[in-house]
Amino acid sequence: MEWEVVIGLEIHAQLATRSKIFSGASTAYGAEPNTQACAVDLGLPGVLPVLNAEAVRMAVKFGLAIDATVASRSVFARKNYFYPDLPKGYQISQYELPVVSQGAVEIELDDGNVKTIGVTRAHLEEDAGKSVHDAFPDATGIDLNRAGTPLLEIVSEPDMRSAREAVAYMKKIHSLVRYLGICDGNMQEGSFRCDANVSVRRKGSHEFGVRTETKNLNSFRFVERAINFEVERQIDVLESGGAVVQETRLYDAAKDETRPMRSKEEANDYRYFPDPDLLPLEIDAAFLEAVQAELPELPDAKKRRFMGEYGLSAYDAGVLTASREMADYYEAVIEACNGEAKLAANWVMGDFSAHLNKSACEIGEAPVTASMLGGLLIRILDNTISGKIAKEVFEAMWAGEGNADAIIEARGLKQISDSGALEAIIDDIIASHPAQVEQYRAGKEKLIGFFVGQAMKATQGKANPQQLNALLKRKLSG
Amino acid sequence: MPLGSDEVKRIAHLARLALPPDTVDAYARDLSSILTFVEQLEAVDTQGIQPMAHPQESKQRLRPDVVTESDQSARFQSLAPRAEMGLYLVPKVIE
Amino acid sequence: MNLHEKTLAELSAALRSGEITSRSLTTHYLDRIRALDKRLNAVITLVEEQAMAEAEAADARIAAGRAGPLTGIPLLHKDLFCTDGVRTSCGSRMLDNFIAPYDAAVVENLREAGMIMLGKTNMDEFAMGSSNETSYYGPVRNPWDTQRVPGGSSGGSAVAVAARLVPTTTGTDTGGSIRQPAALCGITGIKPTYGRVSRWGMVAFASSLDQGGVFARTAEDCALVLGAMAGFDERDSTSVDREVPDYAAHLGASLKELRIGLPEEYFKEGLDAGVAAAVDAAVDVFRSLGAEVKSIRLPNAHLAVPTYYVIAPAECSSNLSRFDGVRYGHRCENPRDLTDLYERSRGEGFGAEVKRRIMIGTYALSAGYYDAYYLKAQKVRRLISEDFREAFSQVDLILGPTSPTTAFRLGEKADDPVSMYLSDIYTIAVNLAGLPGMSIPAGFVEGLPVGLQIVGNYFDEARMLNAAHQYQQATDWHLRVPPGFE
Repeated sequence: MEWEVVIGLEIHAQLATRSKIFSGASTAYGAEPNTQACAVDLGLPGVLPVLNAEAVRMAVKFGLAIDATVASRSVFARKNYFYPDLPKGYQISQYELPVVSQGAVEIELDDGNVKTIGVTRAHLEEDAGKSVHDAFPDATGIDLNRAGTPLLEIVSEPDMRSAREAVAYMKKIHSLVRYLGICDGNMQEGSFRCDANVSVRRKGSHEFGVRTETKNLNSFRFVERAINFEVERQIDVLESGGAVVQETRLYDAAKDETRPMRSKEEANDYRYFPDPDLLPLEIDAAFLEAVQAELPELPDAKKRRFMGEYGLSAYDAGVLTASREMADYYEAVIEACNGEAKLAANWVMGDFSAHLNKSACEIGEAPVTASMLGGLLIRILDNTISGKIAKEVFEAMWAGEGNADAIIEARGLKQISDSGALEAIIDDIIASHPAQVEQYRAGKEKLIGFFVGQAMKATQGKANPQQLNALLKRKLSG
Repeated sequence: MPLGSDEVKRIAHLARLALPPDTVDAYARDLSSILTFVEQLEAVDTQGIQPMAHPQESKQRLRPDVVTESDQSARFQSLAPRAEMGLYLVPKVIE
Repeated sequence: MNLHEKTLAELSAALRSGEITSRSLTTHYLDRIRALDKRLNAVITLVEEQAMAEAEAADARIAAGRAGPLTGIPLLHKDLFCTDGVRTSCGSRMLDNFIAPYDAAVVENLREAGMIMLGKTNMDEFAMGSSNETSYYGPVRNPWDTQRVPGGSSGGSAVAVAARLVPTTTGTDTGGSIRQPAALCGITGIKPTYGRVSRWGMVAFASSLDQGGVFARTAEDCALVLGAMAGFDERDSTSVDREVPDYAAHLGASLKELRIGLPEEYFKEGLDAGVAAAVDAAVDVFRSLGAEVKSIRLPNAHLAVPTYYVIAPAECSSNLSRFDGVRYGHRCENPRDLTDLYERSRGEGFGAEVKRRIMIGTYALSAGYYDAYYLKAQKVRRLISEDFREAFSQVDLILGPTSPTTAFRLGEKADDPVSMYLSDIYTIAVNLAGLPGMSIPAGFVEGLPVGLQIVGNYFDEARMLNAAHQYQQATDWHLRVPPGFE
């Protein structure tokens, strides 16, 4: 039987505010337990929430960036349930009237086609604390530093049909929130995570199957694996005549499987109602205009511009606009190498990206700055060094030996373009390899490579390749 | 609507309230009489009436994004029935 | 004249003229509390040392000429207001061990004004009750008849003022918790407009209804204290940024041309005949002072109590979820697991009335019942509020009885929640609309005080206090002292 997979994602993006959504406690990551949980975050008796303006501004930015409706009036509601990481016994969230609704983003599929994924809503809410399970033999420890950190929960339509699409969508949102500067996107620290709603149905069916929700996926790889596991599991259940149970599941990365969550076994009745401690959030046209004016160039627009302005392929433009930092770096390299966009693209996507990956560092921390890379490319363009030597120079720059010119100078890498000097070297080689010269002249033209190799060896790679080729051909045929 | 003792137990669990077993019937009786009393609202015509969540027709004030709180964890945790190593402790939770 | 017979305004003058000191005043009231409160159970925490230290500081300020009208005046706070370093129990076993780590805005404001906190008053558990019988610390008794209730939930605060244990106290009013005990104890109490007094640090019962206020013997004293306690607070999203008028400055205005409305619905069956007669007589006094009295309608008045008993429990069921035995408050012994921790800590920590309300609220918000109960009640709330809007287009103040009866006997209504709820039948609508309301002494029935309720339009406290003050210039009900507490 042919099955169709239906996936919807609920992405939780921590907003990059300094203070919490309803209190003046710091949101900085990594503090000692509970040292950033103030009276409001702890839910002490008598405390009250006041909404952080920056969290609102960030939510609105996101709404505008996905062409969504930004509500002129939205309402905070309480989601009631008991759990130790939820100090008040309710989470302040938005329910019937979210701040953002009905937006969409485009993702690029493996076949190069573009697909639109609907964003049902994005609402503001507070994050919960963290449970520490391994510190005590008989107890779970609760750290409420994270409690009250602002979250934007971004809920997609069930528009995705494969784990690959889900990952592409998640990457798209990840890139977007980072472009907007509203979330640091750090998945290890949990700043950006998602729950995956997965169901399967027979191909051609119009009704959705029973879905499961897999919680707290904090890497693209886990999202893909968890969904694939869930899809196979559900198909197995259905094909063996069983029924999928609607439940909340947890992905175990070590075992690469999902399992039902014990703490969610009981059916929830969240008893949402408008939070009487908070008044309706009103957003007027002037505020929207001000936020609109602050929006940076977004990934899709940037990608189109890169293709048009720099003549890049869709793929290259996509890679170079995947993050704002990458795009900015690329454009700074172009600037520094007199507009040689193609060459800059090759180097940024090639050696530069490879080194970033290998040393697992951020663009901002890379030892080779855009102007340094641009300076190196200039030296390729003016024939001071060959592309091959440039790789050596790049390595040296990455290792902190200085800029391209200093390294070329110090290592004596300037290529030999003096035809007199090159001719003398070539004459020597011809004289000492009479057999090869004979064969070449007899028609075995492939041997040109042998002579180039000998010449490069003699010049330690510094011979100007074009010049060397031309001279060799002339002398050998002579 | 009269509530049975099973329904009372269900609600008590939802609200995480242990009720001594010999009090459940009394709660069922009291809650039923309260619910019967409030059910007179059913007869009121509220067609087209907007629900009123707040006594003021006003909008939420916004707070500037500034860190104003400093660490008071030692003082706060002195109030806790069980806290160790800076953490509040609860019986082992299995997720 | 004994110190405790003086009003707050008189004490204020005596302090500033040097006739008395804050230390002597504080000592005097602490002595009275120690001597008399055994019979009443109005005070559950005393902070004698702290009070004496504050009194000393107040005397220094007075001597230095830096005193305001409230400097050096002792008071008690309802135990629902958080007090830094002092137990804040809310009348509950749940918070019997809770030492608040911060001050409520009200406590801060009154301390700033120089007032001396002597301690905390008894109250219905988490402010849920109309008789002060639900307190973990035992019932409070009415000084006019100690076999009777003082009303609730701010019963301890009302009794402390009525028995002259202190010149003024703070209270909170969610459905009548200031006005009804003020009426039953024969004193003056005012609940201002919702948003006038900050709720920061006031432990929430029902957030959209709760409002802090004042008890004192006279409207003038209430005006002084309310002026210091009210004001905008950026920590409370529902606090209103609006200037606090000088209430005392308006007290002397004439009542000529004041338009008073009497809601027909408040004088129907259920109202005790003696109370009705006292209220009629009080209305006549207002007529004689030049006010114009007319009958008005509040057609949805009868729906206020059922509406309230959906909305208040719904909000309370959520507000009280934070009491879970994890970060503070009562925790059961040896919990087996998390659910056991929650259920037993909360089961043991909360009394029966609190549990009833949490369960009603949980039910009203639960899946399948939300629309029929909660949403319906929110709609009716608007109808009730619109009635007042209409009424205030015709009149300046609304007068009527505060409570349908005088103080009832301890235990009389304890087994019948609904009959208990109906004792707030005239006060609850005011909270639903968020309007200001007050109760002033207006006579006696068989030796028990009767309260007259005055309801004003939004932020019209100055006019209410003015009317109450003028009435108190013409009558002496507010000067009567319960026998044995002279």
